[in-house]
Amino acid sequence: MTHLAVLPVLIPACAGVLMLLAGADRIRTHRLIALVAALAQLAVATLLVRGAAGGEITVYALGEWPAPFGIVLVIDRLAALMLLLAALVALPVIRYASNGWDTHGKHFHALLQFQLMGLSGAFATGDLFNLFVFFEILLIASYTLLLHGLGAERLKAGIHYVVLNLAASALFLVGVSLIYNATGTLNMADIALRVAGLGAHEAALAKSGAMILLVVFGMKAAIVPLHLWLPATYAAATAPVAALFAIMTKVGVYAIVRVHGTMFGAEAGHAALVAEPWLLPAALVTALAGMLGALAAHSLSRMIAWLTVSSVGTILAGVGLFSSEGLAASLYYLVHSTLIVAALFLLAEVVAAQRGAGADRLQPAPPVAQPALLGLLLLLGAVSVTGAPPLSGFIGKLMILESARQSASAAWIWGVLLVTSLLGVIGMARAGSILFWQVQPDAQPSVAPGMSWKLYAPPLFLFGVGITMVVFASPVKRYADAAAAQLADRGAYAAIVLGSPRGLDRSARPLGEARP
Amino acid sequence: MELLVASGIGLVAAAGIYLLLRGRTFPVVLGLTLLSYAVNVFIFAMGGLAVGQPPVVTAGGAGYADPLPQALVLTAIVIGFATTGFVIELSLRARDETGTDDVDGRRPEEERGA
Repeated sequence: MTHLAVLPVLIPACAGVLMLLAGADRIRTHRLIALVAALAQLAVATLLVRGAAGGEITVYALGEWPAPFGIVLVIDRLAALMLLLAALVALPVIRYASNGWDTHGKHFHALLQFQLMGLSGAFATGDLFNLFVFFEILLIASYTLLLHGLGAERLKAGIHYVVLNLAASALFLVGVSLIYNATGTLNMADIALRVAGLGAHEAALAKSGAMILLVVFGMKAAIVPLHLWLPATYAAATAPVAALFAIMTKVGVYAIVRVHGTMFGAEAGHAALVAEPWLLPAALVTALAGMLGALAAHSLSRMIAWLTVSSVGTILAGVGLFSSEGLAASLYYLVHSTLIVAALFLLAEVVAAQRGAGADRLQPAPPVAQPALLGLLLLLGAVSVTGAPPLSGFIGKLMILESARQSASAAWIWGVLLVTSLLGVIGMARAGSILFWQVQPDAQPSVAPGMSWKLYAPPLFLFGVGITMVVFASPVKRYADAAAAQLADRGAYAAIVLGSPRGLDRSARPLGEARP
Repeated sequence: MELLVASGIGLVAAAGIYLLLRGRTFPVVLGLTLLSYAVNVFIFAMGGLAVGQPPVVTAGGAGYADPLPQALVLTAIVIGFATTGFVIELSLRARDETGTDDVDGRRPEEERGA
């Protein structure tokens, strides 16, 4: 049995503990461990993607307890892709933070590793309650990362963020236990099998559980009207933390795909497609509201936070189609938007640092020291994030529009997504012209400290991966298509996870008759 | 017994949500705690209500209490304990930093003015 599947959880866990053992003051040791761990994580994730690309689903039974009685990690194409994405975002974030942000508080790198552990676990697990546990791990790490650097603004945003997420965690437990009551299992593959065979009465319980989970995941993903916490939180966080958080909303999207796309998908009997009437309208409103928020934003980081909200709406519009084509297009867009938003958050801070007292507020300020370079990079990000040709955002959006062609709500999807692109172009053009052209004429460029390639390399790396996604759009799309097809094939998934039939009558709840 | 457990969970959850919507950190923390109590009992109830039954399946097929929710509740309690500790520390720190226990960091005089 290969142990590769459990490494994405173990590497960050061991790295984090090693840093804690090394002591809080040994920042150079922390940076070294963080870099090695991130590279190892990237290598493992690449291997997992290569393994999963052929269609093989790796099942890792923790403690050798067979599913559905024990907890399993399941690496299919989607999980491997998300693990790779997390590793691709983590590496530049760690490098960027090593320029000095990590000294503004203690244990930055250790907390970041624990957050990665939570992320990897959430992507890899095949058990609904285990998903809750990994959510809590990544949230607890994110609470402290958000507060990194302290200050009244961060504490205020931190209280809102923590309290909201704790309330959402309570709802998560309610939803999970409702589904457990209806199906008698927590294993995702097993739930998918059992939900299909439920009677109308028990299906109602499972459906209410699924809808409660939609609220929980919607909060993590920041779907309107559960998005209000995001702009203030992301704008208050330090740049590397905000960039890492770009993947946090995608955990919510991932969970929606798993639970509502697969477990409560088209073949779920009485509980089939329980989220369908809600997801698509909510997604379209989110895409639009996010862009309007970006237009109204008064600082660059807040604007990017709103663009994150809008990108989640665009992704979920494809997921909300509940078709394999829509899901594949969404996966492509998900990878693109995570990378670009993370790059933009890092870039925003470089811009802010060079504008001196003006920071990243959208008002006249001293000019930046490197207007050509920063302007070009921001233009690159703006073109990507708004979905203008020829970068990854354009291809991703085109795929979503193309997949919506057959849908009954095609007109709505086309209309909303194209209008959000237009609004995005207007908003980014406004922001760019204020940042680079409306300068105070008499002010001299303030030479910011540490203007070096160390600051530019991380966002450039992220943009580079984004551009690679354009050059290799065809293989990436093929992978996304295959991932979506694999998610639709519930039977094969369940057969691999649950193993060959063990003489159990899978249609009946085990020992259900003996229940009190 | 169903009525007692259900209305008990409902009452505690309602009190928790009421406190959660207050504007000061102390009631909010209490509200979160009450809400997690209610949820813990709810998880327990989702395994079916059984009195005086062992959490073990016997060969005779006699009644048993579902052991899985008990394990889930234990996990939820541990996580809830840790997060409650964290949110208390956070509230104290925010009180220290902003000089008020208002969840939006507003001072009392600003509220009166608003």
